[in-house]
Amino acid sequence: MTTVALRHRLAERGVDRVLLLLVPGAVFVALLFLYPFLYGLQLSFQPKDGGGPLANYRRFFTDAYLRDTIWITLRLGLPAALFNVLASIPIAYRMRGRFRGKRLITTLLVVPITLGTVLTAEGLIEYLSPVGWFNKVVMALGLVDEPVRLVHNYWGVLLSLVITGFPFAFLLTLSYLSGIDPTLERAAATLGASRGQRFRYITMPLLAPGLAVTFCLSFVLAFSVFPSAVMVGEPQGETHVISIAAYDTAFRDFDYSMGSAVAMIMALVMLVVIALVLLWRTTLYRGATGGKG
Amino acid sequence: MRPAAWLTWGALAFFMLNLAALVGAVLVNSFSTRWFGTWWPEGFTAAWYAEAWREYDLFDVLLVTLQVSLAVVVISVLIGVPTAYALARRNFPGKKLLSLLFLLPILMPPMTYGIPLATVLYKFHLAGSTAGVIVANLVPAVPFVVLTMTPFIEQIDTKIEAAARMCGARTSAVFLRVLAPLLVPGILAASILVLVRTVGMFELTFLTAGPDSQTLVVSLFYSVSAAGIRAQQTVDAMAVIYTASMLVLLVIALRFVNPTQLVTRLKDPAQ
Amino acid sequence: MSGRFAELRVDRVRRAFGSHVALNDMDLTIKGGEFVALLGPSGCGKSTALNCLAGLLPLTGGRISLDGRRIDHLPPEKRGFGMVFQNYALFPHMSVRRNVGFGLTMRKVGKAELNRRVDEALRMVRLTEHAHKFPAQLSGGQQQRVAIARAIVLEPPLVLMDEPLSNLDAALRLEMRTEIRRLHQSLGLTTVYVTHDQEEALALADRLVVLRDGEVQQVGSPEEVYAHPANRYVAGFMGYRTMLPVTVTSWAGEHATAAVDGLTLTGVNRDRLTGGPAVAAIRPEDFAVTEQDGENTIRAEVEIVEYHGREQAVQARLPGGEPLHLRTTSRLAPGDAVRLRVPVERVLIFGADS
Repeated sequence: MTTVALRHRLAERGVDRVLLLLVPGAVFVALLFLYPFLYGLQLSFQPKDGGGPLANYRRFFTDAYLRDTIWITLRLGLPAALFNVLASIPIAYRMRGRFRGKRLITTLLVVPITLGTVLTAEGLIEYLSPVGWFNKVVMALGLVDEPVRLVHNYWGVLLSLVITGFPFAFLLTLSYLSGIDPTLERAAATLGASRGQRFRYITMPLLAPGLAVTFCLSFVLAFSVFPSAVMVGEPQGETHVISIAAYDTAFRDFDYSMGSAVAMIMALVMLVVIALVLLWRTTLYRGATGGKG
Repeated sequence: MRPAAWLTWGALAFFMLNLAALVGAVLVNSFSTRWFGTWWPEGFTAAWYAEAWREYDLFDVLLVTLQVSLAVVVISVLIGVPTAYALARRNFPGKKLLSLLFLLPILMPPMTYGIPLATVLYKFHLAGSTAGVIVANLVPAVPFVVLTMTPFIEQIDTKIEAAARMCGARTSAVFLRVLAPLLVPGILAASILVLVRTVGMFELTFLTAGPDSQTLVVSLFYSVSAAGIRAQQTVDAMAVIYTASMLVLLVIALRFVNPTQLVTRLKDPAQ
Repeated sequence: MSGRFAELRVDRVRRAFGSHVALNDMDLTIKGGEFVALLGPSGCGKSTALNCLAGLLPLTGGRISLDGRRIDHLPPEKRGFGMVFQNYALFPHMSVRRNVGFGLTMRKVGKAELNRRVDEALRMVRLTEHAHKFPAQLSGGQQQRVAIARAIVLEPPLVLMDEPLSNLDAALRLEMRTEIRRLHQSLGLTTVYVTHDQEEALALADRLVVLRDGEVQQVGSPEEVYAHPANRYVAGFMGYRTMLPVTVTSWAGEHATAAVDGLTLTGVNRDRLTGGPAVAAIRPEDFAVTEQDGENTIRAEVEIVEYHGREQAVQARLPGGEPLHLRTTSRLAPGDAVRLRVPVERVLIFGADS
């Protein structure tokens, strides 16, 4: 009878046999995510060439070539994420409700997901090359005298991040926007708010928390830029991003310890940016938005 | 407000036009005999596709891609669905922490945990094989299944399970006869989304794949790096093959899921 | 487990959720063939009690036994009770037929027997021609009848109903109420019925259990609970709308006299009060409009009048501002000064803090 009593006591707190279903999943994350991550963390404190537990981190921050990767990556990731989120708002705002061709436009906006980084990179290289269609057109129109250089530098990577990141930001924004009850705007209209006022005082405040999450996810996507920085950037110079630094130290120089240290720094920088955004988000209204969720 | 609308649609049209030209450039190049400096190539041929197929062992690469993605889908559903069920149905001490742990592999850039993971996999001699690639790809796939399935499970009324029990159904019968049929659409959606993400996952596969365990994305990346030796048209042909297969997957996916589900359906971590 | 039983005993049953006690030491004995209603507002513990009986919630303490055999450790599927849920909880992917037959399939009943019993149950709830439809194709009332058929097809010793009528519109609710009582009688069921609607409970049940904050307030027949509520809370719930704060000035035997706003009211001294603050509870229909002053007559001013056909529902105020609620066939208008008389036996005086 005491085992029954104990089982009931646990069940009161939500602990019963159903929780056994969690075991495979919990073991899985612990073994394949948590353990490698912690292993990498302690490995980063055991530098290959000695010099104390913090030697790797000291080297990262004293070596300008490594240290600058943080700035280089932020300079790519922040504008790309910001642009993707801001551009999504007006488009998603006009995609609410039903109209002819909505499905077509949504599909067109989602298609870049299928392109993948390589086709995007190849396309940028060929389309934007000095003899490519883009430069031919702008020169034929007389907008410029010399071909514009838009690949194998900062701009190539930024464009690639916009092409691959925009569909994600757009879809997320659209889902947050459709979660806002449209009758709220109608109610505001009956109270005399103009279109602009309705957007500014009703839709925007309800959408802002969702935009914060959208920005975080877009930023994570852009911050981890790797293949396109190699293909359409200048991987040893202007677009020597932190992922390249992490990969090169770990798998080209076979310094797993330093590679782990760079990965940890990368995770930390990303978490700091996300924490700042989410901190700002706590100052916003985050209750029900009246929609169907 | 009208000018703002025109501005929005105009900017969108400009973006789309450039994107179409960008894709068009690759597509045209992959079929061109020679194209340099002119508006249009000298002639057209499908030979590059045949060459890419031969040069890059595309059959083997596609086979590996298929093996890896199917294995990842099956395993992640088997692990993820029960986890999602328990997380959706029970409140227990430590639930928030566990949910966060399931969120992190999706939130973190794959590089940050991919490098330590690859290091561990090399230590246990798992990396460099198809098994290693599958294991690495499971890390974000399982949490993704959990995240996609949780709302599906939450929308099934717990009273339906209670009703089945009141009719005398044991736990196994409740799962097989009541829950499973109701969850099929959700499982289908989660599977197709995991499939799309795995086929497109570059970093984790790149870090753990050996010469015989490359998926299409990784082999594409290597072909670009080695492009100096081979004609660029073969790379383009391969990229077109990749995009075409992703497009097929996407069209299938859109039949089963709402487009907004293609991106992570994040539940508010702060609530 | 099928068939009739003599007695179901609920013995000091207790259920807590963390530190919140949803049901506190409930005692109840249900006899075979009885119709028992658990009555109370939302959050009073009535659904917790029902789920504990069903086995859907494990108990924190106490025991439940059926004819002396302890059943509280059995899972719901082994208790063999039938249950009808508030939102019906029909299996959306099964036809009406398969929904109703589900329990028989679980018990591995043979095909011929299964078909016979499902047909019988469907006939009983008058759904024979809808047997092949899916729940989504049915109206609310039809879905409700499928849920009932699914519960009774197993001929369970006990049928549990969790606010089965609350999702139906008013007319359908009355019809289904009669239907439920008819099925209970013709099949000889034992039913435990949870509701927050006192009218429904009075109409259906042989016995009422009034709950509040997890505590049983009163158990009794509809007449007992209606005419002699155990306390001020039960009185309020059973339709004693006027609750005047008064001061007891004199008391003798069964009765007490209390003062309010310079007026006096004599009533039944339910809590054996000897002076001090109290509450006088009166039902709207017990007030009579009268022309003269007299025993138990108070003066008030009419404030709001609602038209209810033959009667009016009136809110009036005492000179001190205390509201009164009454129903009358006299035609009154806002602003009228009225004299109201209440029979002594229809004024219940409870302690102010009972």
